Amino acid sequence: MIDTLRLTAEEAGGMLARKEVSAAELHAAYLEAIAARDPELHCYLRTVAEPQGDGVPIALKDVITTKGIETTAASKILEGYVPVFDSTVAARCKAAGMPIIGKTNTDEFAMGSSTENSAYGPSRNPWDPSRVPGGSGGGSAAAVSAGLAPWALGSDTGGSIKQPSALCGNVGLRPTYGTVSRHGIVAFASSLDQVGPVARNVRDCALLYSIIAGKDPCDSTTVELPEPVRLPEAEDLTGVRIGVPKEMNEAEGIEPGVADSVRRAIDLAADLGAEVGECTLPRSVEYGLACYYLVAPAEASSNLARYDGVRYGPRVGADGYYSMVERTRDAGFGGEPKRRIMLGTYALSAGYYEAYYGQAQKVRTVIAREHAAAFERFDVLVSPTSPTIAFKLGERSANPLAMYLSDLLTIPSCMAGLPGLNVPCGLSEGLPVGLQLIGPQFAENTLFRTGYALERALHFDPVPERLR
Amino acid sequence: MAITRDEVLHVAKLARLELSENEVERLTRELGAILEAVGKVAELNLDGVPPTSHPLELVNAWGEDEARRSLPLDEAFANAPHREADLFRVPPAT
Repeated sequence: MIDTLRLTAEEAGGMLARKEVSAAELHAAYLEAIAARDPELHCYLRTVAEPQGDGVPIALKDVITTKGIETTAASKILEGYVPVFDSTVAARCKAAGMPIIGKTNTDEFAMGSSTENSAYGPSRNPWDPSRVPGGSGGGSAAAVSAGLAPWALGSDTGGSIKQPSALCGNVGLRPTYGTVSRHGIVAFASSLDQVGPVARNVRDCALLYSIIAGKDPCDSTTVELPEPVRLPEAEDLTGVRIGVPKEMNEAEGIEPGVADSVRRAIDLAADLGAEVGECTLPRSVEYGLACYYLVAPAEASSNLARYDGVRYGPRVGADGYYSMVERTRDAGFGGEPKRRIMLGTYALSAGYYEAYYGQAQKVRTVIAREHAAAFERFDVLVSPTSPTIAFKLGERSANPLAMYLSDLLTIPSCMAGLPGLNVPCGLSEGLPVGLQLIGPQFAENTLFRTGYALERALHFDPVPERLR
Repeated sequence: MAITRDEVLHVAKLARLELSENEVERLTRELGAILEAVGKVAELNLDGVPPTSHPLELVNAWGEDEARRSLPLDEAFANAPHREADLFRVPPAT
């Protein structure tokens, strides 16, 4: 009997190597768990019946192009789109022998913080199905926590890997910009988008990162990793300098239960030998959200111009070309993509460009410099990943600005292209709290080391209480 | 800094979105609130600060100039809403 709730990807790999289980049996065990629990949770938009490969299976967020498997980005405008090529990350998973279990739910075009913007209905949090799993990659995070996949890939523009991992109680990495190929990823904001792993623990997360990372000739923004990925083993934090940015830990809106849990994890890091000190990122937190909601929608408005009913996707018929395009886009895009296309188009339009987009790009430089100054003294910066625990479905969906605040603490480091790791650090009101670890560019190994030592010492049980 | 209904209609035209009356009304309200919030970036005096368009300091990514197989036509057209011979068919642009 395979307990998919407890089995790590590393353990599954070991069982396959020792021939204690076949890839087909493993795949079937996850499909069985999906049949049992996914009608309630709705993590998957579609599953794959027959495993292709003899390795540990994986779930992919539905913005990741998969040859022969419908890829919709949870949008009606891509309904029925069956790619004729694989994204580089899907190809790397396949080359490693990993069968795809299915495609996971997301906010439409990865725009959102709850998966409620999916055109195919929201996913639910496995700890409490009346609550959201976070977003945009709520499907991947909830699937891993509910034992519906040993690990998964997500994509992160302003927090879409880290925040759902925080709300679902698992480990998610947003890698350094440029370390993972974006070839074949449905584009949202190209200067921010990154693909990354979601896993049940830090070692699985590091292992999956090592499989997908590296330079890709099909994405000229990628680079070689400066050092190979090391699976963490050390259980102490001797010599690691941890900075606690004041504004990121005292921001308005951080729930007391979240702050307490994070504070305890920081104290534990000191017990494990880390040097802990305070630092500041004043403008990153104060201006990060505003900066992001100019840069990301501006880039999105450009990227989403390609959905015009000409080359793929459904078309709404009309007598003339322009009315066909306008009607197709009105029918195909949901509320959030329209809002962001409009916002971005406005911010880029004549007369407003310098005041909005131009100014936001300068703020981005300020944010990057503030982080660089902090990393002169520290190896890792810590804060809550999300200011709150998982919120109720419907609680923020009527107010876009309230929803945007969900990413207050994840956004600044994304603007600077920095890697960030979510590690669960405890419970508040019975729901997971996530600790965010931020490092300098290419410092994933430091994040894995820090996250692993904390994970060992924290003894967080990643299986949702109601499923134990 | 509110956005007017006429500006919303103008931007919708630029973005090629045919919005319903309801959507125009809702977006005028929502975009007004969002623009007020993001307009915060104007508070900072950033004269002399260079803009960041890309998080990595990459200069030119060179690749070998070698021919590779491109998508066969049938695959390139596989998802086309309306193919005619080797072309995408669209209504007349008038």
